Amino acid sequence: MGETLNFSEKASIVGIGETDYVKGAKVTAVEMMLEAGRKAIADAGLSPHDIDGLVPAPAYTTGEELAANLGIENLRYCSTVHMGGASPTTAIQNAAAMVSLGVCNNVLITLGWNGYSALRPKPGIPPTRPMGMNVLDTTIKDFYMPYGITSPVQMYSWFAMRHKKLYNVPDEATGHIAVAARKHAQLNDRAFMKGQELTMEQYLKARWISEPMRLNDCCLETDGACAVVISRTEEAKDMRKRPIVIMGCAEGHPYPADDIASRPDLFKFGLTYAAPIALKMAGIKVQDVDFLQIYDCFSYVVMLQMEALGLCERGGAYDFVKDGNIELGGRYPLNTHGGLMSQAHVWGLNHVVEAVKQLRHEGGLAQVKDCELGLVTGWGDLGDGSLVILRR
Amino acid sequence: MSETKVKNKPTRPIPNPIEPVNKGFWDACQGGVLHFQQCDGCHKFRHLPRNMCAYCGSPEWKWAPSTGKGKLFSWTIAHMPMHPAFVADVPYVAAIIEMEEGVRLVSWLRSVVLEDICLDMPVKLMYERITDDFQLPCFVPA
Repeated sequence: MGETLNFSEKASIVGIGETDYVKGAKVTAVEMMLEAGRKAIADAGLSPHDIDGLVPAPAYTTGEELAANLGIENLRYCSTVHMGGASPTTAIQNAAAMVSLGVCNNVLITLGWNGYSALRPKPGIPPTRPMGMNVLDTTIKDFYMPYGITSPVQMYSWFAMRHKKLYNVPDEATGHIAVAARKHAQLNDRAFMKGQELTMEQYLKARWISEPMRLNDCCLETDGACAVVISRTEEAKDMRKRPIVIMGCAEGHPYPADDIASRPDLFKFGLTYAAPIALKMAGIKVQDVDFLQIYDCFSYVVMLQMEALGLCERGGAYDFVKDGNIELGGRYPLNTHGGLMSQAHVWGLNHVVEAVKQLRHEGGLAQVKDCELGLVTGWGDLGDGSLVILRR
Repeated sequence: MSETKVKNKPTRPIPNPIEPVNKGFWDACQGGVLHFQQCDGCHKFRHLPRNMCAYCGSPEWKWAPSTGKGKLFSWTIAHMPMHPAFVADVPYVAAIIEMEEGVRLVSWLRSVVLEDICLDMPVKLMYERITDDFQLPCFVPA
């Protein structure tokens, strides 16, 4: 690994904001992103005019649109990350690097969408802007769709099936992940699945979507938005809330990123490359963290990331997730807000928001006692990855 | 089957590539030839089609026919149709096939007992007609 510019601890998350998470929002994605953004800016004790950097969502809005709404006259830094669900976590890396270098001072990252309302037409809900197409589009249209492979759950099942067969992974493994997320959601008033419990028996009985994925292996489709503000740690000390320090961050991409079938090693993901870089930057071992907020579009993807992070050997995720290890009270509480599977699908920016709440010790009933150090991953576009290591 | 029914049946997504290399792949299939790009520099096969060799950097290549033999690398059994054209097909096996040439491609595994599917099972090429003008390469147990 070559030497990299080390901006560990130079930047912090100083503000967080989120909308309600619902099915059938009556507002557009932009309105939700602005609501979450205003809340995050206020949480930091800043005014919208203090924001001079933006890393907007890779869909449904632009930096120009957000800046015009927020009244940012002199936008010193604006970029967009195109890594699907890994975009928001990678955006933290961009923001942290830019404020550390002094390119700008306060960066707003926001992500919002009508993940329920936009995907399929619904009666009484106005149509939304199109999402825009990602880099995988040509591959999917020219080579996957003719075979009825049109949805991420089917593509992720290729990873899951081979892994499951190679390493003899029982169905209960992913069950532990779904059940833990649902349990944690019961402690969170903002979680969409609060009030709907899930047992292992129910999990195993649920219908197949695309083998080996069952209904509860899949994340929610919800409408909502989140936002965070990143500033220099030095100046953050005078802000409204305790700054949550960015210790390490990195992004990575699988090879080749635009096709799954031809990857020489199917289980070498973006996170496989990114994890050692971020851990080195933070000066920690992955085993040092007090909790895990792992991107959970599908439960199997969580196990693959645990292996890529080095929390366990390849093929060893089942031993890691069993016996309550990933539940509150266990050694590595996972997705303490309920995650994409049981809180809401906000492209993982809700994982960052939850990590900040935990490290501020504002985690409510789901608080990980005395936590000091947390890890958040992002995952998207069929294997892109990023992670952020945060300290109280 | 009445004519109306045929008309109302959602059309299958047929590849209509803009990229010339992708078009070259599908055009040959219509003549019953499965072929892959082979690098003129290092003779490595590749798929998906690309404009240069990722190993040796050569932009020179030719199409080379496949033996049509391979083994099952991974698969999913689609139970829930995610596209209206595939409603009548579920459950279907969408697979990644590793060919003798060393490349892998996405295809169907047909005529298989679902319980018998296993890693590395040998498969061979056949074609399935989708429209009057289009056939799709797919695989059956060898």
